[in-house]
Amino acid sequence: MSDTARWRAEVYVSLRPGVNDPQGLAVRDGLRRLGYDEVEEVRVGRFVQVWLTAPDAESAHRRVAAMCEQLLANPVVEQYRFTIEPAER
Amino acid sequence: MRFGIITFPGSNGDHDALMAVRLGLGQPAELVWHTETDLSAYDCLIIPGGFSYGDYLRPGAIARFAPVMEAVAREAEAGKPILGICNGFQILTEAHLLPGALLRNASLEFVCDWVFVRVEQVRTPWTNRLKPGQVLRLPIAHGDGRYYVDERTLRDLERNGQIVFRYVDAQGHATSDANPNGSVANIAGVCNERGNVVGLMPHPERAYDRLIGGDDGLAILASVLAVGLELALGRSV
Repeated sequence: MSDTARWRAEVYVSLRPGVNDPQGLAVRDGLRRLGYDEVEEVRVGRFVQVWLTAPDAESAHRRVAAMCEQLLANPVVEQYRFTIEPAER
Repeated sequence: MRFGIITFPGSNGDHDALMAVRLGLGQPAELVWHTETDLSAYDCLIIPGGFSYGDYLRPGAIARFAPVMEAVAREAEAGKPILGICNGFQILTEAHLLPGALLRNASLEFVCDWVFVRVEQVRTPWTNRLKPGQVLRLPIAHGDGRYYVDERTLRDLERNGQIVFRYVDAQGHATSDANPNGSVANIAGVCNERGNVVGLMPHPERAYDRLIGGDDGLAILASVLAVGLELALGRSV
């Protein structure tokens, strides 16, 4: 399909604010032990890249949002955000 | 009463459940592969523990899309008793058949131990032989067992009586020391609103005989036989 472009989505998934993140706490404590006293808070998440085809950026956006809702994030405990860039064919 | 025990790639509690039902209860049980689409032959279902699909993405996240899960959802809707143990509990929450989510243990460590749980709800087919407040000793083995719901959902669960088990000390007190993973309100197991779907992190199928360290889990598995009796007598469940 010549009118279909290739896109790359970068999806960031993290625990919703208020959900205890013991991994973040452990990393924060580790940074402080290394002398980074300025560290106030750390939260650890997940980074997912998705390559997909879609006719335009808007429909790519719509599809990736649906992927996040259905599988990439668990809306009960996680939030997500993503960016979409044109990818090389 | 025919038990169906669902095996996903990475399940490791399926044979434990099979042995518990066959040897502990003396009932017929079969393993059901995750590609099965018809579960109507079974009177109740167990989603066993393990690491389905390697726990990739999140525990239970991939298993939720296995072909068999559509059939599980249909049977849940129809009111069939379904028990999710450990990874099975995680799968049922990911499939939205049970409320909440299971997160990494607060300690960040895999916990393999014996714990005490208190029975909070006996109106489910998996707890009807138990007494409210009864304390059971059961094994746990999980890295992602921290039950989480937001405060509003927690109030709903309390009000609807959907909290089935809580972690307690030997005296039955739900203390923070007795909470092995940081679960909200010491919750070890919950049910859906109707009560036919129950999920818990402890392993009743690994406690069906004193020879293996305890038999408190047998009362959970045996509870569902009341449903089997009604089926045998031809009554509607």
